Amino acid sequence: MEYILIIISAIFVNNILLSQFMGICPFLGVSNKLSTAVGMSGAVCFVITLATLVTYLFQYYVLVPLGIEFMQTIAFILIIAALVQMVEIVLKKVSPALYQALGIFLPLITTNCAVLGVALMVVTNEFSYGGEPHMLNLGESVVFAFATSLGFGLAMILFAGLREQIALNKVPKVFKGIPIALVTASILAMAFMGFSGLV
Amino acid sequence: MIMAVQSSFKNMTLCLFAVCIVSSALLAAVYAVTKEPIEAAEHAKTVSAIAQVVPEFDGEPVSDTIEVAGKKYPYYAVSKGGQPVGYAITTSASGYGGAVTLMVGITADRVIYNTTVLSQAETPGLGAKCTEPEFADQFKNWNPAEKALKVKKDGGDVDAITASTITSRAYALAVETAVMVYDALAGQVPADGVTGATNTEAGTESDAAEAGVMETDKGE
Amino acid sequence: MGKFQLITKGLVKENPTFVLLLGMCPTLATTTSAINGMSMGLATLFVLVLSNMAISATAPYIPDKVRIPAYIVIIAAFVTILQFIMQAFTPDIYKTLGLFIPLIVVNCIVLGRAEAFANKNSVVDSACDGIGIGLGFTIALTILGLVRELLGSGSAFGYKFIDGDGILVFVLAPGAFMALAYLIVLFKKLTAKKDE
Repeated sequence: MEYILIIISAIFVNNILLSQFMGICPFLGVSNKLSTAVGMSGAVCFVITLATLVTYLFQYYVLVPLGIEFMQTIAFILIIAALVQMVEIVLKKVSPALYQALGIFLPLITTNCAVLGVALMVVTNEFSYGGEPHMLNLGESVVFAFATSLGFGLAMILFAGLREQIALNKVPKVFKGIPIALVTASILAMAFMGFSGLV
Repeated sequence: MIMAVQSSFKNMTLCLFAVCIVSSALLAAVYAVTKEPIEAAEHAKTVSAIAQVVPEFDGEPVSDTIEVAGKKYPYYAVSKGGQPVGYAITTSASGYGGAVTLMVGITADRVIYNTTVLSQAETPGLGAKCTEPEFADQFKNWNPAEKALKVKKDGGDVDAITASTITSRAYALAVETAVMVYDALAGQVPADGVTGATNTEAGTESDAAEAGVMETDKGE
Repeated sequence: MGKFQLITKGLVKENPTFVLLLGMCPTLATTTSAINGMSMGLATLFVLVLSNMAISATAPYIPDKVRIPAYIVIIAAFVTILQFIMQAFTPDIYKTLGLFIPLIVVNCIVLGRAEAFANKNSVVDSACDGIGIGLGFTIALTILGLVRELLGSGSAFGYKFIDGDGILVFVLAPGAFMALAYLIVLFKKLTAKKDE
């Protein structure tokens, strides 16, 4: 039951893009076309889940036992950077087709604040899903990370679809580009507000 | 312009290693320097929160934790001139945007003196209003024996924040939990004039504790 | 370019928020009030100036291929130092800004300035560039925070002058996107007139 609540909460209620504002750069940057939005979402999904798993283990099996939690930020960003590199190398060797689809987005992901954001969130925040507020355990953290990245993908793909439509319409000159995209994002965020209170 | 360093494997490893070592050393140094101020700031915050929720006291508040119904609650016992004044109890409940954590002060006569919010992530302008006196002040001098700690919608006496019933409910529940913890505490310390038996759950626990004390007495 | 121009170009011509559109995450997330926006801006300014100086000083000794990881470590170190300082002296602001303080590490403005400016310019010039861009970011965040606070809760810098509530949606997520969109448009209009 708790897992279902985590998933609904992370995808709809506390959508990482539309209510937490993490990962806005790719949200605005690569959402011009539906196909690139799908590629980016896939890459982010993969990296967020993997990175959260590794950083969670690192936090509780290395940083906490050694009493050096203050190295958290440095350690996490290094782990993420290294992971992204490794994923890139492995993907190139193992599945050239998948690399073709996701490869160009991978370098951009290191500085996507959603990745570091989710990794930090699961080791610093207490979550409550109906019951008592508590820190997430390993299983919950991975589910949370995966669901969050699904939420990222959902918002990203919806937004790209909207932007493809808007590109065909006449827009006042000063609103062209980012401003009209932001207005669209605002309306999309309003729609997502309808989910609030669900969990 | 100086010629750039060659990107040989040796250079790259050495460079990254050096950067990491220097950064870590710098961090450790700053950590050592700021450790005390950070602890002092946290301590000052707790003390000011305690001072807000309990009547005047002297000496340092005694901090401890108590386990009630399988959950640990941190609390602070304060006294004046050797006489116990009351407890400041930390409890939390699930609000709209996450946990609402309160410090609840309960005096020796089982009346809530005051409450303060330690942390919350409620919606600004809606649930976040639980930190404002318009809502929070209703819990001042609240006697849980006379008024029910539930929002009016649920048949209690708590005035909910407009359009934020969930937050108000969480706040009331956290205060109610604090009363339960208080009852457990009052049962542990045999204080005169305090009956810890009003809350059934805590009552049985304190009865058991008292029985245990008597048994050991006999054994000796 | 003089030192003065280095500082002023970040305010209008290369304003990181309104013109370069960088660092959007903290811009949208932390501007629920003018004070919060300003605090976030100043925190970023602190990291930006120090990391710019450190990177400018060390750039000649860092091999080209590993420069990005090296920069990230340097930036992360300064961010952690900032975390310590804020925890010790401004714990309330630290708590309000929450995760977005450690997330300065991945703010594109900081890494962007390291790549685009600091690694090819002198330490003093890099510091000036950091101050300029950082101030531009701070001003933008303060304005956005002020607009959202005025409309959303009827107050400015915590000083309330309207009884009751404002247009609540401006404090919430959709209002952040909307307010930023209109501010960018306004900024475009104003700077376009200046050029004529």
